[in-house]
Amino acid sequence: MSFHEIQITVNGVHERVSVKSNQTLMLLLRETLALTGTKNGCSAGECGACTVLLNGEAVNSCMVLAAECDGAEVITVEGLAGDPLQDAIIRHGGVQCGFCTPGVLISARALLNRNPNPNDEEIKEALVGNLCRCTGYVRIIEAVKEAARLQV
Amino acid sequence: MVTDTHPTLPEFDYFRPESLQEASAFLAQHAGEARPFLGGTDLFVRMRDGALVPRYLVDVKHLEGTDELRFDPQHGLTIGAAVCMNRVIASPEVRRVYPLLAEACRSVASHQLRTRATVVGNVCNASPAGDTIGACLALDGVLNVHGTGGPRQEPLSAFFLGPGKTKLQPGDIVTSIHFPLPPLGCAGTYLKLGRNRLSDLSIVAVTVLAAPDPGLPSGCRFRIVLASVAPVPLVAAQAEEYLANRPVTSDSIAEAARLAGAACKPIDDIRGSARYRKSMVKNLTEKALTAVWNQLHP
Repeated sequence: MSFHEIQITVNGVHERVSVKSNQTLMLLLRETLALTGTKNGCSAGECGACTVLLNGEAVNSCMVLAAECDGAEVITVEGLAGDPLQDAIIRHGGVQCGFCTPGVLISARALLNRNPNPNDEEIKEALVGNLCRCTGYVRIIEAVKEAARLQV
Repeated sequence: MVTDTHPTLPEFDYFRPESLQEASAFLAQHAGEARPFLGGTDLFVRMRDGALVPRYLVDVKHLEGTDELRFDPQHGLTIGAAVCMNRVIASPEVRRVYPLLAEACRSVASHQLRTRATVVGNVCNASPAGDTIGACLALDGVLNVHGTGGPRQEPLSAFFLGPGKTKLQPGDIVTSIHFPLPPLGCAGTYLKLGRNRLSDLSIVAVTVLAAPDPGLPSGCRFRIVLASVAPVPLVAAQAEEYLANRPVTSDSIAEAARLAGAACKPIDDIRGSARYRKSMVKNLTEKALTAVWNQLHP
């Protein structure tokens, strides 16, 4: 199996790495770059725990090959430090076991970037690909609404 | 028994050709062991399940013509193979002229999956449940294909041969899908029944597109495409013909819906029984026909 030399910017840090053909972006982040905030939930593009921003757009990082990311810019949950969403989700108790939280925060950030003032339905639609097994959805939605208010 | 709930992808070689010619030659030379791929949203799942173990994955997203999303008021809409569904949904021209296509894309999975999923990939996977295929068929989509013999076109009406089976040959790469201008004054809808309101695969789904046509006894031409109820996306031709040949009333709509239900050949699977599917096809078709008819005659 072949290796590929890629250059990738993760949370503003430039990285030069060699990746295997079957290595996903998720595994590159977690195992090569030790950014374990991005979670491995289902490895099937269903649960959203591995969601990151790839060139500004939310993707399931388990469904992207690292080899495809040459020249890409990635933001993981570690790159959201200081984002009003983080404070809001803590204040509203939108974190229970915490496993879905990194993906939720990334999807919510992507939503607020394209729509700074979303309504409830738009928030639900944006988070439909982020499953919370603790089912704390109401508080998550409240948190996103508050973060939207704070950033306006 | 231990189940690996986080399977990694099986081993393969990732290949990124520089040109369509190089890509076609490579795919033809490695027929049966190389696959072109776009978003990978369906392919990677099937590879992790062990259903597909290609030796080479050929990334065709950057090749000539695959990134364009172009609307021409004379000739229609061209969507490049690499254009993701979120880009289709966000396009003002698609929303204005081909709203049915935007509606179908919006019903697919989640936002972050649609950043990768493409219309062309959805069509080429040829799943009977493919959410955008009904709209693509109803809007008379034509695929632009690059093969070892150069470029050619494949109309969707004769493209699907079975689940996952299409007219594509080794070496073929679909570079884009083209839609002529939709019929004047048309209206459409995509009704999808899933196990939840958003994001699931369909148990059954119905696409209806209708447009005024003074040459028909009914004055209106209906297109009806059914998903998840046959080995291929199914055009309900008998129901279409029935509706074309008499005045449109609630009775003729009900009869057309019955014909659509009778025409499909669903299977029992994890998402629903064949009997349930047949009955839901009838109900959804009636609902969709009524909704579209009312849109045309407010």
